[in-house]
Amino acid sequence: MSGGVWVFVENRDGAVSAISREAIGEARAVAGALGAPLTGLVFGKGIAAVAADAFNLGVDAVIASDDATFEGGRLEALGPMVVKLAKERQPDVIILGASTRGRDLAAWVGADLDAGVVAEAVNLTVDGGTVKATRGVYTGKLLSDTFVKGSPQIITLRSRAFAQAEPTGKTGMPEMVAAVVAEDAIPTKITGFEGKGGKVSLSDASKIVSGGRGVGGPEGFEPLRELASVLGAALGASRAAVDAGWIPYDHQVGQTGKTVAPDLYIAAGISGAIQHQAGMRSSKVVVVINKDPDAPIFKMARYGIVGDLFQIIPALTAEFKKRLN
Amino acid sequence: MKVVVCVKQTPSTTAAFSVKDGVVSWEDPGGKPNIVNPWDEYAVEEAIKFKEDRGATDAIALCVGDPSSDEALKTCLAMGCTEAVLVSDPSLVGSDTLGTARTLAAAIGKIGDVKVALFGKQAIDGDTGHVPVQTARVLGWTPLTYVSAIHSVDGDSITVDRLTDDGKETVTAKLPVVISVVKEINEPRYPSFMGIRKASKAVIPNWSAGDVGVTGVGPDAAKTDWSNVYPVPPREGEVEMIVADSAAEQARILVNKLFEEKVI
Repeated sequence: MSGGVWVFVENRDGAVSAISREAIGEARAVAGALGAPLTGLVFGKGIAAVAADAFNLGVDAVIASDDATFEGGRLEALGPMVVKLAKERQPDVIILGASTRGRDLAAWVGADLDAGVVAEAVNLTVDGGTVKATRGVYTGKLLSDTFVKGSPQIITLRSRAFAQAEPTGKTGMPEMVAAVVAEDAIPTKITGFEGKGGKVSLSDASKIVSGGRGVGGPEGFEPLRELASVLGAALGASRAAVDAGWIPYDHQVGQTGKTVAPDLYIAAGISGAIQHQAGMRSSKVVVVINKDPDAPIFKMARYGIVGDLFQIIPALTAEFKKRLN
Repeated sequence: MKVVVCVKQTPSTTAAFSVKDGVVSWEDPGGKPNIVNPWDEYAVEEAIKFKEDRGATDAIALCVGDPSSDEALKTCLAMGCTEAVLVSDPSLVGSDTLGTARTLAAAIGKIGDVKVALFGKQAIDGDTGHVPVQTARVLGWTPLTYVSAIHSVDGDSITVDRLTDDGKETVTAKLPVVISVVKEINEPRYPSFMGIRKASKAVIPNWSAGDVGVTGVGPDAAKTDWSNVYPVPPREGEVEMIVADSAAEQARILVNKLFEEKVI
């Protein structure tokens, strides 16, 4: 073991992001199985709190760079930094959360190091010195066991597929390194940014209430929206509802929409075409409400109700309101 | 200035898969078994817009794949791409994302005078989304991923919106760039009648690995092993149907069970 296991730590609002908490949790398990130290990589502007958070979540060491070029998570600043460190210190494994940034960074580092990258693993096991990953292919219609030949083994982890690291109380001092690319040498400038506000994004949601053709029109989503708001859930939709123009595309769950893995997925008026199933297959508990007892989505369900969603959903909303108060 | 759109032929979204002795096959009783990767259609549309509105002289569709990928390229021509090139060679079979990126980069170099290479955000078969960034690294170009709008192309710079997990950012970059697009960017056009006629007569050049001068490809260069592919095990447990006299009673029973499952 030379450089051990590295985990890329993204920050959000001054703390470790949810997807990086998962990455740290799983990287700890991998490092434990390999008998190797775990190092967190923290890059940004004003990252002392994030580095401390990473130690608390269980990394053994932190390599950090505090520099304005990393703001906005620009790849042209992050990529060369990780590549330089990896060339110098030869890590065996680099684990990243499969966020938009993590995916891009993994691809960049893999290309520059001529190293293999496994994308969006949903399970990891360690076999000798090799990390074996399970990942979906053909949008989750099939699974594949994948591993990297040689090192470093670069692996991204699918959001919500792994348990988040729990605080350990550990503290430590990060090793500070200088950024490698000067602002003048970066060919991209971020000139505007619009955050998502408090909106729960589908891929991060622990609960999703989703509607399909059965809601009948844009106003048919209203009862679903109310239930979602009572549950603190994100609102999803099938492609049929999006294509009909009833709800914007960023709500679409499925093969050409978002792949989701909530603890609870409530599907109302969705028949469950194979493309929709591909997008919600990893949900833990699925509740299906549909008029048609033969709807294919019932095959995915833990609980099913055959009936009119316009009666069932408001009844559920009322019941949850009662119980959650 | 030329733009290139890199496309992949993939199984259709409605294809049903089977695996026998580690070999994946699929069929689509209701339609064509293979299609242009759905995410790539948005890139094709954007490439055609570069020709129509942004001063590009050519919008060239480029594909690395087996000889049957001609069909995907014909769809691109029918939509309005001005040219199509297939890179197909037995030595490329078994390449990983980096091998594919090297092949695309070499072909883009051979085409010459390309300032923008467009991709869909990922392909629905391999599902990695790594090839756009890796192609950019091999070319030494700037990658702009998850692009939802192209605002302006002005001299040697381009301004786009990117949709990341954090929100929407506006970025200006110097050309040349590699762009991967998301669905929000446009509404892909349907092939026109004239386009389909033209495409059906088109003879698509087939370049070999030697023609584009690429090395570091094929199974021996691949740094990832994904040979073990298998069906997803069925979901465990039977569905429990909630039956009661009223919607309120059904709701009460279901909510109880969800609390017991600790998902609330």
